[in-house]
Amino acid sequence: MPSEIEYTTLSGISGPLIFVTGVKGVGYGEIVEIRDGSSEIRIGQTLEVDEQVAVVQVFEGTSGLSMKGMRITFVGKSLEIPADRDMLGRVFDGLGRPIDGAPQVITDNMMNVNGLPINPWSREYPRDFIQTGISAIDGMNTLIRGQKLPIFSGSGMPHNLIAAQIAKQARILTAEEEFTVIFAAMGVKFDVAKFFIDSLEESGVLTHSAIFLSLADAPSIERLVTPRVALTLAEHLAFDEGMHVLVILTDMTNYCESLRELSSSRGEIPSRKGYPGYLYSDLASIHERAGRLKDHKGSITQVPILTMPSDDISHPVPDLTGYITEGQIVLERELFNKGIYPPIAGLPSLSRLMKDGIGEQRTRRDHAEVAAQLFATYAKVKRIRALAAIVGEEELSELDKVYLKFGTRFEEQFLCQGYEENRSIEQTLDIGWQVLSLLPKTELYRICMEDIQRYYLSPEEGISCQM
Amino acid sequence: MNGTVTGKIISVNGPIVKATGLNGIRMFDIAEVGPDGLIGEVIRLIKDVTIIQVYEDNTGLMPGDEVISHRRPLSVLLGPGLIANIYDGIQRPLVGISKACGSYIKKGIKLSPLDVKKKWEFTPLIKAGTNVQEGGTIGEIQESPLVMHRVLVPPGVSGKLTSIVDTGAYTIEDNLYTVDTASGTYQGKLAEYWPVRRPRPSRMKKKPFLPLLTGQRIIDTFFPIARGGTAAIPGGFGTGKTMTQHALAKWCNADIIVYIGCGERGNEMTDVLTDFPKLIDERNGRPLIERTVMIANTSNMPVPAREVSIYTGVTIAEYYRDMGYSVAVMADSTSRWAEALRELSSRLGDMPAEEGFPSYLATKLAEFYERAGLVETLSGNDGDITIIGAVSPPGGDFSEPVTQHTTRFVRCFWALDKVLADARHYPSISWIDSYTEYLHDIENWWNNLDSQWLSVRNEVINILLEDHRLQQVVKLVGTDALPPTQQFTLFVAETIKNAFLQQNSFDPIDKFCSPEKQLKLLKTILNLYKRGLELVHAEIFVKDIAALDVVAEIVRLKSEVTDEEIDKIDQYEKRLTSGFDSLKEKITEV
Ligand SMILES: Nc1ncnc2c1ncn2[C@@H]1O[C@H](COP(=O)(O)OP(=O)(O)O)[C@@H](O)[C@H]1O
Ligand SMILES: [Mg+2]
Repeated sequence: MPSEIEYTTLSGISGPLIFVTGVKGVGYGEIVEIRDGSSEIRIGQTLEVDEQVAVVQVFEGTSGLSMKGMRITFVGKSLEIPADRDMLGRVFDGLGRPIDGAPQVITDNMMNVNGLPINPWSREYPRDFIQTGISAIDGMNTLIRGQKLPIFSGSGMPHNLIAAQIAKQARILTAEEEFTVIFAAMGVKFDVAKFFIDSLEESGVLTHSAIFLSLADAPSIERLVTPRVALTLAEHLAFDEGMHVLVILTDMTNYCESLRELSSSRGEIPSRKGYPGYLYSDLASIHERAGRLKDHKGSITQVPILTMPSDDISHPVPDLTGYITEGQIVLERELFNKGIYPPIAGLPSLSRLMKDGIGEQRTRRDHAEVAAQLFATYAKVKRIRALAAIVGEEELSELDKVYLKFGTRFEEQFLCQGYEENRSIEQTLDIGWQVLSLLPKTELYRICMEDIQRYYLSPEEGISCQM
Repeated sequence: MNGTVTGKIISVNGPIVKATGLNGIRMFDIAEVGPDGLIGEVIRLIKDVTIIQVYEDNTGLMPGDEVISHRRPLSVLLGPGLIANIYDGIQRPLVGISKACGSYIKKGIKLSPLDVKKKWEFTPLIKAGTNVQEGGTIGEIQESPLVMHRVLVPPGVSGKLTSIVDTGAYTIEDNLYTVDTASGTYQGKLAEYWPVRRPRPSRMKKKPFLPLLTGQRIIDTFFPIARGGTAAIPGGFGTGKTMTQHALAKWCNADIIVYIGCGERGNEMTDVLTDFPKLIDERNGRPLIERTVMIANTSNMPVPAREVSIYTGVTIAEYYRDMGYSVAVMADSTSRWAEALRELSSRLGDMPAEEGFPSYLATKLAEFYERAGLVETLSGNDGDITIIGAVSPPGGDFSEPVTQHTTRFVRCFWALDKVLADARHYPSISWIDSYTEYLHDIENWWNNLDSQWLSVRNEVINILLEDHRLQQVVKLVGTDALPPTQQFTLFVAETIKNAFLQQNSFDPIDKFCSPEKQLKLLKTILNLYKRGLELVHAEIFVKDIAALDVVAEIVRLKSEVTDEEIDKIDQYEKRLTSGFDSLKEKITEV
């Protein structure tokens, strides 16, 4: 029951918060409409209510608001957006309002942007392999339908390119099914958004995509709503309409900074680096919306992108994200500087859902072992490189030198590929064997004898296959 | 002492609600808050203001809304039907919730944790007229093919059994028996409530003496935990905490498993839910789910209920312990529980201690781990609870408060190592930073299996320690600069890591390793070391030893020889000997 009363008096404005006095019948978490005399209506949400005061966060920010002359109404419910198939092919602002000139989508289906927690009992464990055509991902950090797999990047690195390549090439080996992309931009520049829109258009999926933009010039607090709006539409498409939805969220670091801003303007006790103690739970409320449901056809796959401040993976944003998501694709400055695209770090990257999505009938029987062996061998390469830096390469044992050669080949042939290059999983695994076959068989201790006999390339074969 | 009180909300701040007018309400009583009757618990009383934490999504609550309390403490319902079930943090049945409202958890749903209609086949074990003591067994129910549920006289109830029903089918609400107690007649049923924050009593604690066998080599052999012990698994994200917890929940030889997913991923609980009904326990041929109780308060579910979830889990564990069972509790992750505590205390405006955590964090952790132990139950039998808690330190840095305080209260520490995890060496339990204080408690058990166990184990550990020391040197000068004997030590250590320490949870054979096989593998490797060293002294090259086929095969024994055929390992020993002999012959020929 919306309370019809309009309030006009504020007792304070602080950062993105306003304090409304004398309120009655206002609930916690309710949506608030704020009119400041101009035609613009700002949207807010109550964060705290007592018998006198309601604390309201204003999504569009408080700039231009004054203590008097406001007209404030409490809507009596949480923030809702229309969610409908017709929203595909459209562009919206960070709060879900159209900005492409076309009218608001008309539907009765209004959904609360906060969603509800999925009952763990009702989930279906994700197992379908998505072929992205990128060897470092398919071979070693497989993406699974319904997974949340972020890209941890650093400033200047090609995370957008990789995400766009995934959106463009992703396909399921077993079936052709309806596939959509939802793209949400938080605090990124216009050209980043433009790049995504263009690449979606190029690959012909734009008419099947919905775009939510809260760009760098939009109020910071709006970003807190944007991923939720995007995921609300995703939930409708996936679980009411049975579609497979890929949600790209960029840049989650900006999102977290907005949350920090809000928290500090409330005077909350910070935990690490000024971020609120509830950052983990807040991020989880976004990322846990990925997945599959029993007895439902669709799925939500999330590829959030975040930039690690100073490339530091232990920074609270990547750290807490890694604790929530089902793995991470980490980009590495060193590879990037060597000119390797995609510069996907060989060791810290991980896909937790890989184990159940690969192998015989899904990809290939040797997949798990090849991946494990590549990881183990590359870890050893890193150790030997560190040693070579000290004692000099000449001092290394013969075997160690072979490892170094493997390292280079692995980076140049396996990891490195073109933005347009779409490799099948067989190609990826075959390249894996080509580089592994540089090593003597005895070093391939993660692979069973049977597969070594079947796939190991003798020196001649190895060379003839080289690209 | 009972009686309903009502009051009104005066403020709402996140899950914390303040109300007035609740006269006579007590700490930790439950309250029903607002028009939906959301479940909350009294966590603080200040003058006439009652502070309540609400366990469900409370958007829409407003000042003036009503609060009702029946003045009962937040409790767990204990009775048959817990096994194979899955609950949220405050013991609401997730299966029932899914039936009632679909795939998403809606608020304000009230369902009994146990099926009130289900009839259980009850067999009385004593006759009316006998005297019963608290904790004594009244009768039995086959709760699952694996679990014989003993119906006990609850703590605090003793006296003459004045009536008891005959063998037959009864629900948890049926009256089963009556006891004439000093304070009146007690009406016994199949199920009882127990306050979630109060430990269930036992006669006394005892010193643990049996190992909890887990089938995980690095744990059983190097850092064993006793039944009734406590362990922590700290590690950054992706280092293998959850996988280790899952492996233990699957293969450890406890009678009952209580698995608590506390603030972690939904899919990980789904994984347990899909896997456990299919996985067969080879010891009894039954699916693992038949001994498992699950608590799932995942990261996206209400945070206050996450705080309660570990108490809900451990109370259920105590209930089965009191029946004389060996129970293992996995809590993944205790850090998320500590964060829930931090979030609530910060909303209450408490003075924070380290990193925003309240100063009572250590006390709360101590209280939790103290609920583990081997005890003499009220009926004089042995029962035990082992608690294994995952810890998720920010940035993987063990110096943070939760890890630090936890080390004070656990006696077994399985430190996960990022470098090992990056190299996909799993379990990435560090053999350098981990420790156990249970070795001496459980030594006897292993000695009965093989009197050489301790010496073999220690010799192998020493090779690993020597390797660790040498690696520091290698980092500076390379391997080739070391004398051959040390190069050989490095080689053997590498073999230990690949052939023994590394264990693949996804391999059908390697996922579980019997104590006998562990010991046999260890002896084979030690033999390789001792005999090999002799050859190295006789100036045979390390690389020639390493090139022996049989040496490469030893690395694969773990996943090629099953527990039933461990005698096959002897053949490798023989081939090792003949391989070495031929090397020796070659050198004498030269
Ligand atoms: N014992 C193991 N055997 C094989 N793989 C493992 C093992 N332990 C961990 N892993 C791998 O590491 C990943 C992360 O492990 P997990 O237990 O989820 O980490 P954490 O809980 O510490 O974040 C898993 O998805 C799996 O791929
Ligand atoms: Mg985990």
